[in-house]
Amino acid sequence: MPTVEFTANLANQTHAPKCRVDGRNVRECLDAVFELHPKLRGYVLDDQNAIRQHVVVFVDGTAIRDRRAQTDAVRPDSELFVMQALSGG
Amino acid sequence: MSTKLYLGTRKGLLEAVRGTNGWKITRMSFLGVQVPMLLPDARDGALYAAVEHGHFGTKIHASRDGGATWEERACPTYPPKPDNYVDVANPMSQEPTPWTLKKIWALEAGAGEGELWCGTIPGGLFHSTDHGASWRLVESLWNHPDRAKWFGGGADWPGIHSILIDPRDKQRLLLAVSCAGVWESRDGGESWQNIGEGIRAEYVPPDQAGDPGIQDPHRIAWSVSNPDTIWMQHHNGIFVSHDGGKNWREITNAAPSAFGFAVAVHPRDPQTAWLIPGVKDECRVACDGALCVMRTQNGGETWEQLRAGLPQQHAYHLVFRHCLDVSGDGRTLAFGSTTGSVWISEDGGDSWERLSAELPPVYCVRFGP
Repeated sequence: MPTVEFTANLANQTHAPKCRVDGRNVRECLDAVFELHPKLRGYVLDDQNAIRQHVVVFVDGTAIRDRRAQTDAVRPDSELFVMQALSGG
Repeated sequence: MSTKLYLGTRKGLLEAVRGTNGWKITRMSFLGVQVPMLLPDARDGALYAAVEHGHFGTKIHASRDGGATWEERACPTYPPKPDNYVDVANPMSQEPTPWTLKKIWALEAGAGEGELWCGTIPGGLFHSTDHGASWRLVESLWNHPDRAKWFGGGADWPGIHSILIDPRDKQRLLLAVSCAGVWESRDGGESWQNIGEGIRAEYVPPDQAGDPGIQDPHRIAWSVSNPDTIWMQHHNGIFVSHDGGKNWREITNAAPSAFGFAVAVHPRDPQTAWLIPGVKDECRVACDGALCVMRTQNGGETWEQLRAGLPQQHAYHLVFRHCLDVSGDGRTLAFGSTTGSVWISEDGGDSWERLSAELPPVYCVRFGP
């Protein structure tokens, strides 16, 4: 199962623990996390379910390309990191 | 007289309290995070704050104990964009206007129990009837065909920054939009009309200068004692209406400048208003490096320049549109600047005392109930 880990700063705002979830792409993995922690959704996605402008999601070290629908593929042993972009500081 | 003052700033929300020895800053909440808008709700004592994280977007928090503890409420969110939707283009830039929340720019208590109104960039108006537990986009305005004419002023996208609810007729709402002029609803937000004859814009070709739909009112305010009289600080001047916003008269005798952002009106005397002048409009600093507040007490016939206690040399403060407030007594005023100073007057503006010169840029100033 892929793991999803969040920037430590998110934990200052809301509950954002490291999770192990099912999912074949980034959206499925994030949706699985948000089912466990609903408040987290609005911190990572905007109101149209795109990745927020100043948030970056990495899959196995590479920033995802489809920020709108998050269809980037994920392997069973992938590591996802949800980071804050330098641009939003 | 109010004894609490709240300041939304670039780096958090500050509370100041009036004690026996004057005003003093007593608390910082949300340190490091922008607070572009706040609302002390006089009806039930709740304090609402729009909290804008650089990375994680805007949230709304509410406090039931004056800011000691906070809980996150729902945030206004735009509904899913329809698949077949044809984007509304900003008529100036031709860029599509975003269908997503960019900034909370107005927050006001409505007429009913728990009722709130929220204005946003890029131009959506939101309504809550449950103390902000949920929000609904006012689609009658968002889907209005004339929204295609709206464009940004100061910000890249249009925004609703002033919301007035008529205390005599709870169904009557007035909005001011940069840039789309003044909008009125007489049925609680079910339908909207763009009003405002006599306002004048210099940033469009002369034959369009009087179009009510392209105006850039920086801020509108009224006296709750007489909501027919409305004051407007506009991008190109100062205007006053005596018929609820239908027709406006330009004030041409205000010195040192008719440019500015903020306006406040005496809660019991609609003839008394305060504005904070600046150098127009690409410069945007205090006139001649000397900060002053302009006051009229006779409906704009004459103006005073109030300078006691304000810096008069090399002062480059700009006061944004939400950064001047008058308390219910009509004598206690406060304003905050982009360069982190806040001044308070307890004599109607005759004299001012600086609360601090060390603050982050100030975005919103409001007295507590």
